[in-house]
Amino acid sequence: MEKKKIEVSELRVRYGNKPALNGVSFDVYENEILGIIGPAQSGKTTLLKVINRTLELTRGTTVEGTVKLDGEDVHTITDVYGLRRRIGMVLPLPVGLPLSIYDNVAFAPRTAGPRKKSELDNIVERCLKQAALWDEVKDRLDSLGTKLSGGQQQRLTIARALSHQPEILCLDEFSIAVDPVTTMRIEEVLKTLRTEMTILLVTNLVQQAKRLANRTAFFLNGALVEIDATDVIFSDNPANQSTYDYVNGNFG
Amino acid sequence: MGKPDTVQYPSAMKNMNNTTHATTGGTRDNSSTLFTETAIGRRKRWTENGVRIFFFLMCCLMILPLLLIIGYLLYKALPVLSFEFLFTNPKDNMRAGGLWAPFLGTIYLVVVSLLVSAPIGVFAAVYLNEYARDNWFTRIVNLAVVNLAGVPSIVHALFGVGAFVLFAGLGESVLAASLTLAIMTLPVIIASTKEALNAVPMSFREACWNLGATRWQTIRRIVLPNAISGILTGVILQVSRAAGETAPIMFTGAVFYKTIAEGDVFAYNITDQCMALSLHLFTISTQVPDVTEGIPYGTAIVLVGSVLLVNAAAIALRVYLRTRKKW
Repeated sequence: MEKKKIEVSELRVRYGNKPALNGVSFDVYENEILGIIGPAQSGKTTLLKVINRTLELTRGTTVEGTVKLDGEDVHTITDVYGLRRRIGMVLPLPVGLPLSIYDNVAFAPRTAGPRKKSELDNIVERCLKQAALWDEVKDRLDSLGTKLSGGQQQRLTIARALSHQPEILCLDEFSIAVDPVTTMRIEEVLKTLRTEMTILLVTNLVQQAKRLANRTAFFLNGALVEIDATDVIFSDNPANQSTYDYVNGNFG
Repeated sequence: MGKPDTVQYPSAMKNMNNTTHATTGGTRDNSSTLFTETAIGRRKRWTENGVRIFFFLMCCLMILPLLLIIGYLLYKALPVLSFEFLFTNPKDNMRAGGLWAPFLGTIYLVVVSLLVSAPIGVFAAVYLNEYARDNWFTRIVNLAVVNLAGVPSIVHALFGVGAFVLFAGLGESVLAASLTLAIMTLPVIIASTKEALNAVPMSFREACWNLGATRWQTIRRIVLPNAISGILTGVILQVSRAAGETAPIMFTGAVFYKTIAEGDVFAYNITDQCMALSLHLFTISTQVPDVTEGIPYGTAIVLVGSVLLVNAAAIALRVYLRTRKKW
């Protein structure tokens, strides 16, 4: 068996009185792409926020259960900023910070500590290349990241998420604001990144999970309905009928 | 012009028009009648124009007093306005001479009060907007901010007398008066700064936190640089309030008459009493007989003019920073 990277057990999350996750347990293995699918309000985004502990920045949330990263409970980690740098996070809508393209990518390394200019140059070039953006912006690294097009900004966001060399990359519906061609390019990037890191891919496009993920988890109303190898989930007989209905588009 | 007759509309659209514009009657074989005006349309247009003109007149009504005030003041003040007027002390028991002592006094009061209230207000607003959780303490502070902004200035004056002049033992001085003004401007600075910070999108902060930045790193690198124009504008606009108020300073540090060295910008000591334009204007208008006619108007023009100048600077700054807006 491969090494367990993330172990989630009995995870319950509530926003005030409203439950978002009702006792979810599963493992994520090292260097796999785990597709996470499910309709709105099923707790997918909440799950990612628990892992990098940005959920606690939202008021009125309660978290029970444990999330372990390399066997260590994330909620007992004292260096929460270090924890967040171990995880790259890409949100649905692209967010170019109001800084230059260079500074966008150099932001995380700089916040982690002082760096040499040459070192930063290398990081910026490596990350922009990994995110398939380098060729388009290499001549204007000084221009504002917020002035890029939506698809370019999303690739900038991915480059930024890679800049602190995360062990885990969480993508939350990254293709929502990106054209199909760019989406395909990013998907190619993810396939190569898989060798270096573990990828959690939350997606509304079930076909995207089918294309990329080794295993796929189906969430519904805050519960994990099923997690299995992707070809089982997308086969004619997954363990659960609602999984079959959802991936085949005849839900409800 | 094109030939509307040749335009082909889908039949469904024609039917729709027939039902919605039933008032004009008739069939719609000729599509050029599609855009002819109906009774309802005419009435809408008249109402629209009427409302617009009404609002425009209100707008003129608002601007009229301002123009009249400034025009009248300028007309009356012209005989006395000169450089000398600004840079000489009042003479002959304030019946003649210039404005140097009160003008410099007002500058002292404004600068010292903003030196106190701007940092406190901005830092407090940063805490309230970026750090504070929604608990009873935050709610009380927010309530205090709102209510302090509504306290009449004479009440601030009495507080200043009690707290700074008597209790803190500062006596009637520039410092005591400035602190009173600072207390008065503080809540507005907090409110405007909070607004400026709020205008920076939440998604920027979330992106930074996801990258492992602390709150302070986020504030310093992203939030403050992008809120600074709004913060500065809010602070500068408080200059006019601090310069214009009479009540808070008349018991705490401003005096009717005092001579200082002409042309020396450091003529006042912070523990001295000072003259101030607003109080000077009140004095020579009501307390001193036989003042040269132009002097009160000149005083008013200097007060209004310097305030407008500072406001213009604030607007220019905002325009400049807006051209550099980054998203």
